[in-house]
Amino acid sequence: MIDFCGIRLRHPVVNASGTFDAIAARRAFGDALLERFPFAAFVSKTVTLEPREGNPPPRLWELAGGMINSIGLPNKGLEGYLAHDLPQLAELPVPLIVNVMGFTREEVATLVDAFGERDEVAGLELNVSCPNVKTGMVMGADPGETAALLDAVRPLTAKPLIVKLTPNCTSPADVAAAAEAHGADAVSLINTLRGMAFHPRRPGEPWLGGETGGVSGPAVRAIALAQVAEVRARIALPIVGMGGIQSGRHAADMLAAGANLVAVGTESFRDPLAGARVTAELAETPANSGISAVSGPGGRVHIAHNA
Amino acid sequence: MNCADRTLAPFGRRLCPVVAHARHGAYDVVSVLDAGPPPQPGQFYMLTAGERWGGGADERPFLPRAFSVLRRHEDGTLDFLFEDVGPGTRRLCELRAGDGLWLLGPLGVGFRRPEHGRRPLLVGGGVGIAPLAIWQDELGAPALLGFRDAVHAEGAALLRDARVATDDGSVGFHGLVTELLREEMDSGSVVYACGPPPMLEAVRALSSAEGVPAQLALESGMACGYGACFGCVVPTRSGYVRLCVDGPVLDAAELELVA
Repeated sequence: MIDFCGIRLRHPVVNASGTFDAIAARRAFGDALLERFPFAAFVSKTVTLEPREGNPPPRLWELAGGMINSIGLPNKGLEGYLAHDLPQLAELPVPLIVNVMGFTREEVATLVDAFGERDEVAGLELNVSCPNVKTGMVMGADPGETAALLDAVRPLTAKPLIVKLTPNCTSPADVAAAAEAHGADAVSLINTLRGMAFHPRRPGEPWLGGETGGVSGPAVRAIALAQVAEVRARIALPIVGMGGIQSGRHAADMLAAGANLVAVGTESFRDPLAGARVTAELAETPANSGISAVSGPGGRVHIAHNA
Repeated sequence: MNCADRTLAPFGRRLCPVVAHARHGAYDVVSVLDAGPPPQPGQFYMLTAGERWGGGADERPFLPRAFSVLRRHEDGTLDFLFEDVGPGTRRLCELRAGDGLWLLGPLGVGFRRPEHGRRPLLVGGGVGIAPLAIWQDELGAPALLGFRDAVHAEGAALLRDARVATDDGSVGFHGLVTELLREEMDSGSVVYACGPPPMLEAVRALSSAEGVPAQLALESGMACGYGACFGCVVPTRSGYVRLCVDGPVLDAAELELVA
């Protein structure tokens, strides 16, 4: 077992938020999903205070080695999530980490407070890739914004707070250092990189309904490795590393860069059992056979034998 | 929470052998031997060629492609209908016996049976005739099929007793398939349709105006096919729905417009 911020995990592979819907997957695959759940923890899609419809289609664009998504965080809102989604997600055989996002610090605080008191929730991931409508600054693009957000929400819960860093800023490592100094329990990175595509038959017209979107998939893996290594050099907190992981070798590389857990995202779109395959392949890589990564304060990740 | 409204897919994709390839005019029919559960007509699969998926000139295709099943044979062979319109469909058209094809499915909800006494009519356009063939195998309904030209209209042989319309008049009726529908439809009909969006919109508008129920099999770009990516939404009267888990077959009455 792995101890991640006090959450006990069977292995170091989780899902990236927004890339696996356990409720919809159970409709498609039935209870086989529960019997062979591919991740050590389930990270939910982003929940906002109010319901969101999401962006107008088209929402997807295929790239060389990846894709752009412009989904726009559709969700039922806090009330709908608590009433409809949480009871179903509580049936999963793994710990639940809820990803939340607000347009003001007060909104984030309301979400953290609400989920902080729910026993079904093991931890919270803060999606800070969103502008603070009061300051105009993206909460996770500026160390001062991130610090102020954590000052607002840290006192509200004892549950682990994971800050999901955005790569669309000058220095994710500066933001990570601010998160650590202001009480975060872990950071996760990378979120998607902002990208754009034009309509193939209508020159000059953006293809995506949201005009821009987030680039993910193997195309971003090298960037993710570099950002994880840079953040690892600055902070001692546990890191969830993600970005283009498709195999056990990729996961091993991410651990070597300084991550404590790895998240599989876009690859699950190609194969719903990708997380299970990556986990199995990771266990067979020479550096990781029979062992698991645990949090290593400072410097490179420490690899320790399973307890 | 098992759903009775669909055949559940085995969890995870499976590599199946391609056993046959046939050419029908502008289309390719690729047959794979599958040990999975029989699909309901209108359900679909996410397809990925076993080899050379990615690695082409621009590294596409990257994502699997969603296809309704054309026909299922007694031995478990599934037929898929492809038209080469891009890097993904080109690769799928190239598949030959001995190649491998990854399948995930059957996915989504298919066609619902006619309410008691209603006379089914199948309306298809282009490569969208695929799910109507397996539905006709079960239902035995007449088909009205529209194609661009004579080469495409060879696809009509995949269904039985089809009335054909072509845009250029080279085969069958010179005009739109919805004009044939207007002739054939009456107040006791139920329409099942699959085809390009303008055709589906015409079917929706016509059936709505005549008060005839219609079920439309829609298409949308999909990354995953099982509800994970939220990329395949279409607008309905109750907001966006994911075609992969709430469709691909939707009641026309749920839609204000097929765009």
